[in-house]
Amino acid sequence: MLTQLPFYQQAILTLSAMILFTSFALLAQSRVVSIIHAFAWQGAMVALTTALVAYDTGLHHLYISAFLTLALKALFIPWLLHRLIRRLGLIRELHTVEHPVMTMMIATSLVIFCYYVAQPIEQFSETITRNTIAISMSVILLGMLMLISRNKAVSQVVGFMSLENGLFFAAISATNGMPMVVELGIAFDVLIAAVIFGVFFFHIRDSFDSLDVSQFHRLSESDE
Amino acid sequence: MNNWILALIQAALFIIFAPLFAGWIKRVKCWLQNRRPPSLLQPYQDLRRLLSKQVVMSVDASAVFRVAPYIVAAATLLAAIVVPLIAVNLPTTAIADVIVLAGFFALARFFLALAGMDIGTAFGGMGSSREMTISALAEPAMLMAVFTLAMVASSTNLSTVIHYVLADGMVLRPSLLFALLSMLLVGIAETGRIPVDNPATHLELTMIHEAMILEYSGRHLALIEWAAQLKLMLYSVLIINIFFPWGIASELNLVMLSTAIFAITAKLMILGAVLAVSETIMAKMRLFRVTIFLVLALTLALIGILSHIVLEIH
Repeated sequence: MLTQLPFYQQAILTLSAMILFTSFALLAQSRVVSIIHAFAWQGAMVALTTALVAYDTGLHHLYISAFLTLALKALFIPWLLHRLIRRLGLIRELHTVEHPVMTMMIATSLVIFCYYVAQPIEQFSETITRNTIAISMSVILLGMLMLISRNKAVSQVVGFMSLENGLFFAAISATNGMPMVVELGIAFDVLIAAVIFGVFFFHIRDSFDSLDVSQFHRLSESDE
Repeated sequence: MNNWILALIQAALFIIFAPLFAGWIKRVKCWLQNRRPPSLLQPYQDLRRLLSKQVVMSVDASAVFRVAPYIVAAATLLAAIVVPLIAVNLPTTAIADVIVLAGFFALARFFLALAGMDIGTAFGGMGSSREMTISALAEPAMLMAVFTLAMVASSTNLSTVIHYVLADGMVLRPSLLFALLSMLLVGIAETGRIPVDNPATHLELTMIHEAMILEYSGRHLALIEWAAQLKLMLYSVLIINIFFPWGIASELNLVMLSTAIFAITAKLMILGAVLAVSETIMAKMRLFRVTIFLVLALTLALIGILSHIVLEIH
C-alpha cells in the first residue's frame, strides 16, 4: 500500500506520474520554446527520480547517471536547442499539432496499452520502481508518437530525445540502471546526436528554406 | 436531531458568508493593483440595493425567464447543503454524492442558459451558447477528477472521501495531485473567473456569464449574483475540504467545531488570495483558447486516474 511507503518512495511514484505529464505536454505544446522547456523539465524530473532510486537502493553509480542526466538532458541540450532556434530565428515559431484531440486520445490509449503489457513483468519484480515500468514504456511510445505527429525538425528532435529519456527511465525502473560503461556511452551518443542535429538544421534550412520535413519528398528524383 | 440543526447551521454559514468571500477576493485584487478596496461588506450592500429595486422585465419574457432565478438559487442552495463545510458525518451529506452535486450545478446552468435565450436579445443567446460550449467541456473533466477521487476512496460520497483523506495522513498521492490540478482548472472555468471569463466587466465581446444575465434586474439579479458567489465559495470549499481537509471536525463537539471554523476561514482566505494573485498576473484568454484550457484539465484528470491504476494499486 502507498501509505506504508516511506516519503521518498512516494516521491518516486509522484515524480514518475509527472514525467508522464511532461510527455503529454510535449505532445500538446505548439510553441517551440514551450516544447524545449517541457523537455528540460522532463530531464530534470528523470534525474531527480534517478537520484531518489539511487538513495533507495544504495547503488552509488546511479548518482553519476542522475548527474549526467541533469547536466545533459535538463541543462545542456535544452540550452543548445534554445540557442539553435534563436539563431535560426524560430523563437516565436508555432509548430501546430495537426489533430490535437486525436493525438491526445491515441496517447491515452498508448498508456493503457503499456499498462497491460507491463503488468506481467511487474508481478515478477519486487523493487519499488516496478510500477513505473509502464510509465517509462509510455514515455517511449509517446516520444514515438511525437516523432510521427510532428512535421517540423526541431519538435521531432525533441521527440527523439524524450524517447531516449523514456529508455533511460525504463532501465532505471526495470533493472536499477544499465552498467556504467553503457550509460556513459549512451550519454555521449545523445550529446553528439544533439550537436549533429544542430548542424543538420542549418543544412535542411539551406536546402529547403524551411525546417518542415514534409517537404523532403522533393528529394525523390522520379517526382517531376 | 442535533446533527440536523448543525447541518442547517452549516448551510446558513454558506449563504451568509458567500458574499463576504467574494468581497475578500475583490479586496486582495485591489491591494495587488494599488487601488483602494471597497468595504468588505460591499457585496452585501449591492445585494440589498438590488433587492429593494423594482423588477423591470421585457414584455416578451416568458415564465422561464421569471422562474429561472429561483431555480438557479434553489439548485445552488441544495448543492450548499450537500457540501461539508465545517464537519463531516452530517446527515445531509448522505442525501447526495458528488455526481448529484455536479447535477445540481448542471440544472442551475441549464436554466440560466434558457433564461439567457428567452428574451431573444443577441447578447443573451451569445452568452448562453458560450456557457454551454464551456460547460460541455468542463463537465467531463470535473467528472473525471471526481472518478479519480471515487477510485482512491472507493466511494462517491463526499463525507467518506474526506474521511479517507483524513485517515491517510500526509501521503503524496500522484492521483490526488493531478485531480487537484484538474479541479482547480475546472473550478476556474465553471465559476467564470479569469482567464476563462471576467466577472468584473461588461465588455461585450468577451463576457459569458454577464451576457446571459444582462436582462435581469432587481431581486432576480440579486438572486443570480448571490448564487454565483455561492457557487464560487462551494467550489473553493470543495477543493479545500477534499484535498486539504485537516482541521475539519470529525466529531461534533464545541472544541472541534470552533477549530474547524477557524481552519476553514484561514484556508478560504489563503485560497482567495491565491485566486486573486492568479487573476492579477494572468490575462483573459481568447474564447477559442478555452477549449485547450479545458482539454488540459481533462488530460490532467485522465493522468490522475491512470496514475492511480498504474502506480498505486499494487
